[in-house]
Amino acid sequence: MSHAIEKPKDITIPAGSLWAKLPMLGGGAAVIGLGATLAASFGEGRARAMFSYLFAFEAVLAVALGALGWVLIDHTVRASWSTVIKRIAETVAVTLPVFVLLWVPIGTIGFHDLYPWTHEADAVLDRKRWFLSNGFFFGRAALYFVIWSFLSWTLYRTSVKQDTASEGELKGLTHRLWRLSAPGIILYALSQSFQAIDWLMSLQPHWYSTMFGVYYFAASILAFYAFMVLASMGLQRAGVMKTAITTEHFHDMGKFLYGYTVFWAYIAFSQFMLIWYANLPEETVFYMVRNTGGWHYVSYALPVLHFFVPFFFFLSRHVKRNRVALACGAVWTLVMHCVDLYWLVLPNYGTHGEGAHEAVLSVGWTDVAALVGMAGAFLAVFGYFLTKNKVVGINDPRLPESLAHENY
Amino acid sequence: MTAKSLWGVLAQYETPAAVFHACEKVRDEGYQQWDSCAPFPVHGLEKAMGVKPSKLPWAVLIVGVLGSSLMLFFQTWAMGNAYPFVVGGKPLFSLPAFVPIWYEITVLSSCVTAFLANWIMNGLPQPYHPAFASKAFERVTDDKFFIMIEATDPKFDLEKTTALLKSSGATMVEELEP
Repeated sequence: MSHAIEKPKDITIPAGSLWAKLPMLGGGAAVIGLGATLAASFGEGRARAMFSYLFAFEAVLAVALGALGWVLIDHTVRASWSTVIKRIAETVAVTLPVFVLLWVPIGTIGFHDLYPWTHEADAVLDRKRWFLSNGFFFGRAALYFVIWSFLSWTLYRTSVKQDTASEGELKGLTHRLWRLSAPGIILYALSQSFQAIDWLMSLQPHWYSTMFGVYYFAASILAFYAFMVLASMGLQRAGVMKTAITTEHFHDMGKFLYGYTVFWAYIAFSQFMLIWYANLPEETVFYMVRNTGGWHYVSYALPVLHFFVPFFFFLSRHVKRNRVALACGAVWTLVMHCVDLYWLVLPNYGTHGEGAHEAVLSVGWTDVAALVGMAGAFLAVFGYFLTKNKVVGINDPRLPESLAHENY
Repeated sequence: MTAKSLWGVLAQYETPAAVFHACEKVRDEGYQQWDSCAPFPVHGLEKAMGVKPSKLPWAVLIVGVLGSSLMLFFQTWAMGNAYPFVVGGKPLFSLPAFVPIWYEITVLSSCVTAFLANWIMNGLPQPYHPAFASKAFERVTDDKFFIMIEATDPKFDLEKTTALLKSSGATMVEELEP
């Protein structure tokens, strides 16, 4: 028996809160972190610094891409539980256009060092040349960014317009969001799969896996939910939507966090088992590289720490409804997400070209600097848009339903 | 009156709100052996009735973990001891090959437990119930809402219970025979 719940009034970031300072703080972190990484890329350590940069780029991009995918699905299925947190997700997604700038070093400074297909040639690579060629590669990258920028910006602008729309306009705007989202899912799925193939899978150009696109999707939506839980809690601490986001919403975010943890493991294992079983050299090379020089510890730790531990941790309903426990789980998931992406990118360092050697696990300062810088850049843009507009779509037709949401 | 055996009383309500508030009243009076019926799920009714959290998840967890461990043990024993057979040059104990079946059995044992435990805990199948004798109760699948309190309830007292149900907005209260 729910009664109409009053719409929240605490829906703007208070001046002077940490969130309002986020553009400054994040910008500072970005300048220092990315600046240091790029500085290290001049001279001897160029390849190493660029591998750090690519790792940080993909790890942070995952959060923004996960948000875009989630918003598109959310509109398409006409979800109502989530309306109260949807603007936050739209704001995460609208950071995507900035990743164009962040990608530039990968396409210029690091291009040659990162991707062996740019300068190596053999029978296998020659057959793949039509796909892995400079022109097509850059063309595709441009296309991904056009798709992501268009989708995220249109979703965000239309949603913000709803805040001030009249009763008559509101319906049209809502329907525009729905109409855009269903075809948007197709564009999103293709572009995010192919970016994973282009920017991560082609680090080992002889290797291929048809699971890889969805592997990155699983990682990205998982990272997004973890970020979402922490962002919602952080906003509440700053006095935004203190009562509007309830335990019920956190419970649902927790369910998704749990569900996608299982999904990630399912996909990761599906990829591994087929390769392990078939035992073909061009496929096993991916795991061979990750089975030496300390990387095998990470390979064995991932299923345990990224699946079994969170699986049993999130199993209980009480954990998902307890803020402290949920926050701990979200932080854990984000950390493991970074380890996962690190494990995807870094083993390829130094295994190609002159002076090639076996992959060796050695964490460098540029890894940390690049990650801090990239997260800073992302948070700066996120904070900028969050402060600029209301934190919730106050006129969204589904908001009352979302405010009264309850798990039965 | 006393000669007639009594199973309990049945009260009819006209709206979901009425039965919701009546349930709260019956709950607050401390009744244990009672139930409410509605033609569709009334959200929050289980809270109004004071129903304790279900024990079903525990049954699912215990049997799920048990089924899961037994299957892993069985695969290890069958492939490694009972009938050692090398497949594709893989070791006898090849965990990746066991995972799909290990996983399926975990899901299967959990699902079957959830289904069966649900039936057992709800006392199903139940071909006959005293309320079926009531003509009014036929509309429970249509547009009426009901509360029934059993005579075995320690707090049950025919006059007091009837008065309570009437005062809680029941449009009709009748006695049920077993």
